[in-house]
Amino acid sequence: MITIENFILITISSPLIVCVLTPFISKNTILRDCLGPIGGVISSWGAFNIISSALNNQNTTLEIVKITEGVSIGFEITPLGAIFGLVASFLWIFAAIYSVGDMRGNKEKNQTRFYSFYAMAVHAALCIAYAGDLLTLFIFYEVLTFSTYPLVAHKQNEKAQKAGRLYLSILVGSSVILLLPGIIWVWVATGSLDISQNGVLDGKIDEAYAPLLLVMFVFGIGKAALIPIHTWLPAAMVAPTPVSALLHAVAVVKAGVFTMLIVLTNVFGIDFLAKTGASEWLIWLASFTLLATSIIAIYKDDIKARLAYSTISQLSYITLGGALATSMATQGAALHIITHATGKITLFFVAGALYVGSKITKISELNGYGKGDPLIFLAFFIGSLSIIGVPPMAGSWSKFFLMLGAAESGYVVVIGVFCISTMLNAFYLLEIPARAFFLKNEREINLKIPKLILIPTLITSFITILLFFFIEPFQNLTSMIVSKI
Amino acid sequence: MIDILIKNLPIIVVLCPLMTSLLVVLIPNIFFSWILTTLSTFLTFLFSILLYQEIQIHSHISYALGKWMPPIGIEYIIDKVAIIPVIIISGISFIATIFAYKIMPEEIEKKSISKVYSLWLLAIAGLLGLVTTGDAFNLFVFLEISSLASVALVAMGAHKDKQALVAAYNYLIIGAVGATLYVIGVGLLYGITGTLNMADLTNRISDLNNNRALIAGFGFMIIGIMVKAAVFPLHIWLPRAYAYAPSAVSVLLAATATKASLYILARILFSIFENSENLINNTLLFVILPLSLLAMFAGTIMAIYEKDIKRLLAHSSVAQIGYITLAFAIGTKASVAAGFIHMFNHAIIKGGLFIAITSIGFYIKKRVTINNLSGLGREMPITFFCFVICSLSLAGLPLTAGFISKLYLIKASISSDDIWIAILILISSALSVVYLWKIIEVMWMRDGRKIVIKENPTIYISLIIITILNIYFGLDASLVVNGSFEAADKLIGDLK
Repeated sequence: MITIENFILITISSPLIVCVLTPFISKNTILRDCLGPIGGVISSWGAFNIISSALNNQNTTLEIVKITEGVSIGFEITPLGAIFGLVASFLWIFAAIYSVGDMRGNKEKNQTRFYSFYAMAVHAALCIAYAGDLLTLFIFYEVLTFSTYPLVAHKQNEKAQKAGRLYLSILVGSSVILLLPGIIWVWVATGSLDISQNGVLDGKIDEAYAPLLLVMFVFGIGKAALIPIHTWLPAAMVAPTPVSALLHAVAVVKAGVFTMLIVLTNVFGIDFLAKTGASEWLIWLASFTLLATSIIAIYKDDIKARLAYSTISQLSYITLGGALATSMATQGAALHIITHATGKITLFFVAGALYVGSKITKISELNGYGKGDPLIFLAFFIGSLSIIGVPPMAGSWSKFFLMLGAAESGYVVVIGVFCISTMLNAFYLLEIPARAFFLKNEREINLKIPKLILIPTLITSFITILLFFFIEPFQNLTSMIVSKI
Repeated sequence: MIDILIKNLPIIVVLCPLMTSLLVVLIPNIFFSWILTTLSTFLTFLFSILLYQEIQIHSHISYALGKWMPPIGIEYIIDKVAIIPVIIISGISFIATIFAYKIMPEEIEKKSISKVYSLWLLAIAGLLGLVTTGDAFNLFVFLEISSLASVALVAMGAHKDKQALVAAYNYLIIGAVGATLYVIGVGLLYGITGTLNMADLTNRISDLNNNRALIAGFGFMIIGIMVKAAVFPLHIWLPRAYAYAPSAVSVLLAATATKASLYILARILFSIFENSENLINNTLLFVILPLSLLAMFAGTIMAIYEKDIKRLLAHSSVAQIGYITLAFAIGTKASVAAGFIHMFNHAIIKGGLFIAITSIGFYIKKRVTINNLSGLGREMPITFFCFVICSLSLAGLPLTAGFISKLYLIKASISSDDIWIAILILISSALSVVYLWKIIEVMWMRDGRKIVIKENPTIYISLIIITILNIYFGLDASLVVNGSFEAADKLIGDLK
């Protein structure tokens, strides 16, 4: 019988092992390319076990080192972390298979380095998911940034390096200047960095300072991509598609909103937020980001750029859910982490597939391509529906809870924001399958998509449907997040 | 036997390098002179560890030189404060000596090697004497011993680059001015109090509030020491001296030399003049605090625009010294402790960075500028990796020693209600990421000309040791933190 502590170690260390092993077997390309998916399977096996332990409400902590008074590094299972950990490790399996197809299809250089840092990034994301305190969370937040940098700058040309520099300067800059001081402030005020409580600040900090501290956290967590610190995400789209798919639709950005939710629910606490109204400005900022980036997305012709802005918009749903500070909204936000991840990874997979298949990057070039490979556009269609929130796709659940939460909180305007955004989503996402299926193209259509790319794409789109019917365990977990209140 | 050793430890720590320095000069063989130097620095380090253990039992050891009882005779004092710089200096000089083995013959004429090692030990002896002595004039003597030895060491860089002579000359003149100012201050104090013993000075000064001569003496002493400690804007000798000195000398000086003077600064501020509260508070608030803030930013910005990496690190040192003096300037127990924590951590960080950069210079046989570094990260993975760790430590990221410094520095400034200082510290450390990242990116991402480099274990062993220290003290900070808090306790005591 393996203990839950060991499952944590299994889950977080298997990507690390993949990362370390990859350079040593770089000669044997087949073995090297298999490592990622195998690591993903082992890691998500651990993550599934962790989920079941979290469902049984077991409290598991694992302290690694104690640095000084109230500052240590350790891991702990929280319901939200269990969800995020499962999403990151499970989707890694498909992203790893996909990235083999993508790397081979595009004949990329430096593949070994790519796989190695890719696994490292997953490792960092998993460590964030199971982080036991704010410092551990911060450390792996930074590790995630640094391990993604070589992936963003992978092509090593002028544009990639520029994007890489922007990526680092915004993410590292914001976290070092604002997030770390925020964490230290919490440490100075409360004497600990624990995140297992539902709010530790009540009574420990002057209520007048609470909005200021929240500002530091919100803008310090650059990975949550709120306006005006969202610019790194569209820039990062210069990376190979597997990076955009797993990291910039799932691991990195979800790590951002995960941190945001942890801060809102476990550091500040929903009650404290509701009492002080500290998060009211955040509701408006998130709503603004949500709508503004949806509108920007409409004007983007580049597929990945449009998806990037759509991601920023969807991340704001999660932040907004946390900021509304009601139990329904928080549940919706937590569910949205899963549902958006599965939907958006599918969309990015398709974008990459189109590039591998016939070097298409622009939406206006897509006319009539539905004939080339209808399956891939079907996958895109399913993913889009999930993001728009149409049943029977997973995305409908999270939107449902978010709307309920908005109603519960009394911010009626926010319901309107959700509705407008849904229409905008439909408008800019469905244009892609619509052009592919209904418009005609005079040129000859030549779209050959490798199996290694097509299969993971279909699987993830299938998962979005499956999740609609099997949302219950996750919903139980999310209700545990708020049940203690 | 052991008893006698332990009783005489305060002086043995100084005498050990001083005496071997006289022996080394007689040995013409490069290898044997190095062996003797290593042995001597190792023994010194061992003795300081013994002293550390002794300090844990008796928190204050006083040693009367030649059995002339203080305050008449010269007194050597080791307490919980002095032990910190003693450990830093002896430890780093041991690591730097190991590092010197391969590097030194490369940069210096074969026939003068043993002389260099002699100067090397003399500088170490001077620094150790500086921090152990309890006599204000004896302090001046050691200040001069260490400075003159360091100047000569810097000048040795002339074999490779004639600029070293200019650097050494600047160092000599400015250093001499600093020392003279200090000794004038001591003279004034002697004139009004009639004593040179520090503890005695403290007592006698308390009756002399608002005496003009006292204030003037204090001013001279402080400015003299600030020159030596390279507090902005009195740092101008430092970048050149560090940049053109032979590689091993840069490592030794960067990690230890200013630390000793900073310790003296703390001693003067919080121990000798502890009873002149007004004077000290005004100095802290109107002199040290603004200068430290300026240093933090000026040093960092100079470093961002610097192309020569050794100079870049030297500018960064100016900024880091700013952090330490800033901690002193806040003047609470927690902040002074943070200053000592950073003093220790900065020694291992800057030591590591200088070792990494100078060993790169050794491999490529050129001055290390930003353009010469292209693609070298892939050619020398061990050196590069250690450089990255030390850089992260300098930037203050968690898991490294630098983080602990920043943590306590920020905590101290927040808890003394100086939130704006905490914000400035953070901005400045975020800026430091800019110049560090510039180096790392060039080394890793840019393609350079293909040269095959084989990393040499005798060179990177010291780098690895110091990198491990950086990580170790980031993971288990209790030793440094407790030591520093005890030191601050002793210095500030019940004052605040």
